[in-house]
Amino acid sequence: MHIIDRRLNPGGKSLENRQRFLRRAKALVQGAVKKTSQDRDIKDVLEGGEVSIPLDGMDEPRLRREGGTRDMVLPGNKKFVEGDILPRSGDGSGRKSGPGQGDSEDAFRFVLSKEEFVNLFLDDLELPDLAKRKFAEAESEGLVRAGYSTSGSPANISVSRTVTRALARRVALRRPRPEAIAELEAQMEQETDEEKKAALAAELEALKAKAKRIPFIDPIDIRYRRFEAVPKPIAQAVMFCLMDVSGSMSEHMKDLAKRFYMLLYVFLTRRYRHVEIVFIRHTDRAEEVDEQTFFYGPASGGTLVSSALQCMHDIVRSRFRPSDWNIYAAQASDGDNATSDSENVARLLTDNILPVSQFFAYLEVGESGTYSFEMPDSALWSLYERLRANGEPLSMRKVRDRSEIFPVFHDLFQRRGTTQERAAS
Amino acid sequence: MSGLLFEGADWNFLTLQRIHDACETVAHKELGLDTYPNQIEVITAEQMLDAYSSVGMPLFYKHWSFGKHFAYHEASYRKGLMGLAYEIVINSSPCISYLMEENTATMQTLVIAHAAFGHNHFFKNNYLFKQWTDADGILDYLDFARGYIAQCEDRFGRLAVEHTLDAAHALMSHGVDRYPGKKKLDFREEEKRAGKRRLYEEEQFNDLWRTVPTGPAKTSAVLNVERRRALLGLPQENLLYFLEKSAPRLAPWQRELLRIVRHIAQYFYPQGQTKVMNEGTATYVHYRIMSRLHQEGRLTDGNFLEFLQSHTNVVFQPEFDDPRFSGFNPYALGFAIMQDIERIVKDPTEEDREWFPDIAGTGDEMAVLRDVWANYRDESFISQFLSPALIRQLRLFHLHDDPAERAGILVDAIHDERGYRRIRRELSKQYDVGYIDPNIEVVDVDLAGDRRLMLRHTVVKGAQLSETDTKRVLQHLADLWSYDVSLVEVDAATDKVLKEYVLNPRIQPAAA
Repeated sequence: MHIIDRRLNPGGKSLENRQRFLRRAKALVQGAVKKTSQDRDIKDVLEGGEVSIPLDGMDEPRLRREGGTRDMVLPGNKKFVEGDILPRSGDGSGRKSGPGQGDSEDAFRFVLSKEEFVNLFLDDLELPDLAKRKFAEAESEGLVRAGYSTSGSPANISVSRTVTRALARRVALRRPRPEAIAELEAQMEQETDEEKKAALAAELEALKAKAKRIPFIDPIDIRYRRFEAVPKPIAQAVMFCLMDVSGSMSEHMKDLAKRFYMLLYVFLTRRYRHVEIVFIRHTDRAEEVDEQTFFYGPASGGTLVSSALQCMHDIVRSRFRPSDWNIYAAQASDGDNATSDSENVARLLTDNILPVSQFFAYLEVGESGTYSFEMPDSALWSLYERLRANGEPLSMRKVRDRSEIFPVFHDLFQRRGTTQERAAS
Repeated sequence: MSGLLFEGADWNFLTLQRIHDACETVAHKELGLDTYPNQIEVITAEQMLDAYSSVGMPLFYKHWSFGKHFAYHEASYRKGLMGLAYEIVINSSPCISYLMEENTATMQTLVIAHAAFGHNHFFKNNYLFKQWTDADGILDYLDFARGYIAQCEDRFGRLAVEHTLDAAHALMSHGVDRYPGKKKLDFREEEKRAGKRRLYEEEQFNDLWRTVPTGPAKTSAVLNVERRRALLGLPQENLLYFLEKSAPRLAPWQRELLRIVRHIAQYFYPQGQTKVMNEGTATYVHYRIMSRLHQEGRLTDGNFLEFLQSHTNVVFQPEFDDPRFSGFNPYALGFAIMQDIERIVKDPTEEDREWFPDIAGTGDEMAVLRDVWANYRDESFISQFLSPALIRQLRLFHLHDDPAERAGILVDAIHDERGYRRIRRELSKQYDVGYIDPNIEVVDVDLAGDRRLMLRHTVVKGAQLSETDTKRVLQHLADLWSYDVSLVEVDAATDKVLKEYVLNPRIQPAAA
């Protein structure tokens, strides 16, 4: 009898089969992932988790029968006698499904890892304008050759450098060369004069002793190749979430905005190692808040969009130097704005915000039930439309319903074609 | 030969060795079992999940469907919907048993007795396994299969291999030989036999036979059909075999893939027919071994109680109106019948003597059981050994559900004198592969015309094939055959055609 401990064997034997399965079910899983992500918080969406896909999409058909006359033997008779007729529709003890007909699951549930989840979530999307990559916080480290050192592991001995140094030392200390010794020996052979011969012998002796004192390679010659951990350059990004929280914004609208921000966040974290989020909410004045307050905090007042833009501009100036940061901004609003504010908004955008931003998206949210194309152009929409017509890089969309969020997002970040050209709907 | 095997729940490899040796003594000396050498492997839960998805085998080729099963099992395991098996045992020589690392020492003892001796004996001795499986060669064959399929993926592309495997898997249930094949003809034997027959005919010669009128001579068309069918080996119920040998446009590697899937299906074929017996045997054996170890004072009372608790869970049979009911529990049914055999052999009643005159009161239950384990499968086992006493004890009854009958479902037999035989016959039918699998055969190929492959499903008791699945399977079949495929469903009793499917291959064959 053998006992074998297999516990330490590499696990994940099914990993490849799993990947094949995911590849095959890609479309279905992608749909499921998008559906699942609708019910999550911004940061949770990255966590992976359980999805379910319809069973019949991935079935393995078999030749099997159904229907027909069935005979079955069952255990546990309590009151039946031969010849009883049991009504078909009755439940309880009247009718019992045959073996193997237990409740079948209508969907196939399984767990995706974080990586798998995000990959499927954002497959074939691309960030526009990734030009500005900046050296920033040292997050990843790479090994780079960095000269030589006097200590290290034997595997890293640099032979050529060691030999060169040994040679230099031998020359500097005038270590007698083997040829010189050989020459002296030959000379001594030929010498007949005893006295001269003795002098030569003494000289030879001295040379040999010196050669012995000065080793061919000394420990001080040895050099090791040195490696140094260096921080790799990492691009960093900041994402500004601007939202109108005045009374006219309903919960539904905020929810739509939240979903859009969530997608943008996930997307940015995939592209940049370091992503910061700044939440700016505004009524007739703007303030920077945390996520909780941003989405759920009560606020009331009028609407001045320029206040938020001004706030963003101040924050950029004080904390996020455009030369170091990739700046993304997404603004959500129902489109209301004080008419007198238009000029300010236009000025702030064209002069201060857009030149430093990689991407500025405006999302106009509305009540569900109506269709996007039925929305009359709002004050803000017309304003932005005008700016866009002047060639400003603005992306804008109208969204009414939850189900539109992903298509809109997808549309904005599609891999091919410039987003700006396809922006207006 | 005495002293406790272990105390408490902890175990190490020395304990396992001790447990194995103690079980071996009981199994070989007392029960007279004959087993393959054992190989016991300790694995983690994750590895157990891995093993689940590759039908329990330690190595298997790659295919997405295994990934699907893995994902499914993993999700339900994580949610706590499903416990994992305590062990998996493989019909190979040496017989490999996987034990989970989190089992307690008692559970390891139970599992070793159950798998390494119970299942092991059954694998080695049952006629079906002897006939259909090659315990010595299976692991090597799987290794070959995995390597070969990986090679094919490199050479012919992953997708092409996947399509072929998908198709082969869909036909897997109809890729087994149900009867042992013809032995190779031995010409010398054949000559001798022919000589004997001639001699016999000469002895029995009666000129009168010549005058008996025969039927009308067969037309040449009928003869042609018969000749063609004989050449193609039709009718043929092993669809994979037929495709492998006769599909006109398959590449050699595709034939080899079909062959691999067919061999694996054949390897598992006996397991499907002996679920009740296999689990019954293992349960009976572990029960005997554990009881003996306890009697000998090698298990503490506490450990024995722990064993009894899980044993009781294993052989629990919910009644039909219990929400937990999902058909017969093969462990429970097999164990109950085998214990009943033991009772009949040792302490028969009058009724038993009348029903089982051959074994009642013979006294050596192990001899009877060993014979049963060697020579029966579920269907024959139940139809032979389900006793009236057990029918009464389980309170079995038989329902006859005829959809045409408006009034309802008929209770056809219950546990009384009139019902015993009928219940036994019906229950044994539930385990008869002849009834479980639809009877589908290749009947002909239109060689002169469009090379259409013709299949026939003989419908028994009105149960027709489910339409969506059948279309999908036939699509796979047509892709492999690469010409049209038709399937007719014919009622066995009336010969009436109930339904006909015709599928075209998705890739039209290029002009030859």
